[in-house]
Parts: sequence; C-alpha cells; structure tokens
Amino acid sequence: MDIDVKKVAMLSRIRLTDEEATELGPQLSNIIGYVEQLGEIDTDGIAPTAHPHDAAMPLRANVVTNTNRREELQASAPKIESGLYVVPKVIE
Amino acid sequence: MSWEVVIGLEVHCQLNTDTKAFCGCSTTFGAEPNTQTCPVCLGMPGQLPVLNAVAVDKTILTGLAINAHINLESKFDRKNYFYPDLPKGYQISQFAVPIVEGGYIDIPTKDGGEKRLGVTRIHMEEDAGKSMHEGLDAVSHIDLNRSGVPLMEIVSEPDMRSADEAIAYLKQLHQLIRFLGVSDADMEKGQFRCDANVSVRRPGEPFGTRTEMKNMNSFRFIKQAIEFEVLRQIEIIEDGGAVVQESRLWDSVKSESRSMRSKEEAHDYRYFPEPDLPPLRVSQQDVDAIKAGMPELPGQLRKRFEIEYGLSSYDADVLTQTLETAAWYESLVAAHPADPKRCANWMANELLGRLNETGKDLAESPVSAARLATLLDRIGDNSVSGKAAKDVLDAMMESDDSADAIIEAKGLKQVSDSGAIDAIIKEVMAANPAQVEGYRGGKDKLMGFFVGQVMKASRGTANPGMVNQRLKELLKG
Repeated sequence: MDIDVKKVAMLSRIRLTDEEATELGPQLSNIIGYVEQLGEIDTDGIAPTAHPHDAAMPLRANVVTNTNRREELQASAPKIESGLYVVPKVIE
Repeated sequence: MSWEVVIGLEVHCQLNTDTKAFCGCSTTFGAEPNTQTCPVCLGMPGQLPVLNAVAVDKTILTGLAINAHINLESKFDRKNYFYPDLPKGYQISQFAVPIVEGGYIDIPTKDGGEKRLGVTRIHMEEDAGKSMHEGLDAVSHIDLNRSGVPLMEIVSEPDMRSADEAIAYLKQLHQLIRFLGVSDADMEKGQFRCDANVSVRRPGEPFGTRTEMKNMNSFRFIKQAIEFEVLRQIEIIEDGGAVVQESRLWDSVKSESRSMRSKEEAHDYRYFPEPDLPPLRVSQQDVDAIKAGMPELPGQLRKRFEIEYGLSSYDADVLTQTLETAAWYESLVAAHPADPKRCANWMANELLGRLNETGKDLAESPVSAARLATLLDRIGDNSVSGKAAKDVLDAMMESDDSADAIIEAKGLKQVSDSGAIDAIIKEVMAANPAQVEGYRGGKDKLMGFFVGQVMKASRGTANPGMVNQRLKELLKG
C-alpha cells in the first residue's frame, strides 16, 4: 500500500525532511500491510466491538465540582496576557 | 430553465447544563477568562472524560420531541482538530453511532399546509473555546471557559428548497428547543448556531456540488448567506464553470461570503473510536421516563389556546412564540377571565405592538398583565370605548397611574347616556343640513359620516353602539 507520507505528516502536525519521508514510507506501508491481515478474518455474525471492556459508561452528576485554579493551571503556559493564553495567530 | 435550490442544515446547540460535558467545570456565561477550566477540558495528559448525565437526558428529550429513534447504545469518537481553542487536539463527538437518529420537523407552508423536513441525526459533542484576533498582531488570545461545554449537533436531511424554508425550519427548531428547556439557545451568545450546506441543480437531476457556509448565528444573516450563495453558484454554472466543494464564511459587514481555504487543507478529520469512553447505554425505562416528563410543545400549546380560549390560529401562533409570552397571556386571562379574545387582541395587537416600537420585550413591559386587565375590565363594562382605551394604554405605558385614574384625568369616560348622546347628534345634524337631506334622500353611505362626526364631537367618548342606534332613529326624522 502506498502512503502519502507528507500528507499524513501535515495532518498530524509533524515536520518531516524529504529523507525522513522517504525512509518512513515503506515502514508505514509494512505496518498497514500487517494490520490488514485482520481483514481476512471472517466476522460474519459477530457484533462490532466498540470497546475492549464490556462496560457501560459511568456518568457524572451535573454538579460543579471544580473551583477556579487559573493561576496554577496557567503556570506552565508559555505566555499569558490578562488571563488569556497567547498563541501564534490563528488565521481564519 | 429554472434552478432548484437544495439546502441541508447543521445546528450546533449548547445544552444548558450547569457543568461541562466531560468534567465538573461550570458553564456560566461571561465569567473571567479561563477561570472555568480544569485539567480535563484543558487537555492535560492522562486526564479522563466522564460524561454529564443531564446532557444525555436533554439530548434524548430533544430526540423524542422530533419523533426520532433513540439508540439505547451509542458511541463516542475522536475528531482530529488542530486549533488552540481545543487543546486536546481532537473533539470528542459521536460519529458512527449517534444517540438520536431519524425524526422530523414540520414547517408551515404558504398555502396553509405543512411540509415535513427530515432530521438525519442528533449527536453529542463538546464545544471549543473562544479565539480572539481583533486588534492583535501575529498572535491570538484564547479563553477556554467554553471548551468542553456540551453541544447537540442537529443534522437535517437536504430537504429545504429555499432560504425561506431553511429559516422556517430553524425558527421551529429554535422554538422547540426553548420550550423543551434543553438550551437557552441565545443566538447572540452563540448558543444556537448554524452551518448551511447549499447546492443548486436542474429539477429532477442529481444533487449538485455543495458548499458549506459555516457558523452563522442570526436568522437574517443565514437567509442572506444562503441567497448570496445560491446566486453565486448559479452564476458559476451558467458561465460554464464548476462549483468547488469548500467551506465558506459569511461576512455580514460586506454582505458576501469568502472561501475558508485554511480549513479546507486540513479537512481530513480521521475519526476513530474514543478509547477513553466505553459505549453509552441507556435503558428503555429511562427513555420512557424522559418521554413521560415531556413539557407541552409549541404545536400542542397553540392548539390548546385555540380551543380553550377560542383564539384564531393567527393569535394563538403569536401568543405561543415563547413560553414567556404564553405565560403572560394566561396571567392576563386569569385577571380578565370575562373575554379571552379581548385579552388576545389587546396583548397581541396593542401591547406587543407598542413594545415593539420602543424596542422592549415583554419582560420589560411597563404595563403588567394585572394593569392591562383593569383597562380591559373598563372596556368590558362600557366605561371606556375601545378607541379611547388605546389612548389610555398609551398613557399607561408612560406612567404608573391606574387605568381608572387616566380615564378620569383625560375625560375619556364613555358616554352611554342616551340623553347626552342625542344632544350631540342633534348638534351634528344642525351643523350639516345638506348631509341630513342627502341621507333622507337615500344616501345610506352618509351614516359613516355622521358616526364619525358624532364620535369626533364627543372626543371619542360616546358609546359607538348607542351612537349607531340613536343616529338611525333621529335621522329618520
């Protein structure tokens, strides 16, 4: 299977050199080929598995349990201005 | 040959839960930036989401209200999304198996009938935070208070054939959601926003290539954007070109749309099952209990107003636009039970009209239901004419005086004394001998002239019923 490594890298926000892309292409194809073996298994009559644990989702009560911890939570942010995170311009 | 417009709508509606979809953070609107966040909604590593039970109930209630199927087992997926307003790098959504599937909304048509518009699905997901760019150079500011607020995405079938139908659907849905109490749906606050998928085709042909107008939060702009897009696509095709499938953004200042190329490149969401959340299971008993607690829906309330209060379908429609309007009307009827139709006329035409002119809504009305009821009582016992009562209401809008005090002060008390009315009629007849002669000669239409003159001479205080009756008598000669 042929993979557009550059596109996958762009979608994942990973910067690759041309050399890295060339090297990774066959490796990724190998992995996909290996996983594709699953397609050979006959799954007729078997219900799709949504989750490995056969557990229903626990739910949370609609009650506020968190207090304002802004200072603590923003301590690791590179840049803050008036309580707002400062990030490179998001163009729209 | 004409073009057929095809529109499908996606509505994002914020659920009005106290807490976010997957954590215990408050959802209060307008708080100081980033004061309602925690490691879960900030996307810190190793944090696990736990779904809000009330968000589930509210989504099920909405599904039941549009006669949809509730999936007793539904699933969550991750939608890859690389913007700083959702710091996890993905949005938790429902892709493969949403909680609600199928359903419909009926909209009124111009010929008095109804058109049924299909709803494909409603799924649960989380909102992103807010990015601010204005006045900033090379940077954006991010407030993550909204990050993780629960949303319902309501996806319609491509069933609308005009911008008007799209707006009718949205208004119906908006009203329904407000009646259900599942969302405040304040469009200015972005709690009810719409993406419109628009394409054109020759009637009978397959669907044309569609474009998606993103993130609109005003009925007026949505209508403008759709109409603009329809013309743009027709022009492209008639010039021999082809419509490009893309996302577009409506610029309400310039009244035009533009392509969002930035978003287009990364439009590969690569959904995959959310490993942190096992399937959501609800029991049929839970669904039945939610159904049993369903409040009165707009159509049912409208019907009840028509039957219980004898209202026209038009008045019933006006008075059931919002729950607040309906409650106001019912308290007016409680205070003036003698004539529910009079209550409807005065509220719908006179009071709402005056409020509209001054840009106020019902909650800000200077005249309460109890005060308006006292005025209606005076109309009912013939103390004031309907015409003069309008002047009284004008004065009531400006002051706290009672209806009785204003009637007294302005000398608007209705004259129902036949002696006094006869005196005025005689004056009018004496002043207009030619018209009296004309009437007696067979010009029946002059009756209107005399009624007008008498009402004018009495400054609107004469009882119109008695004026008519006495005029006929006295004009006979």
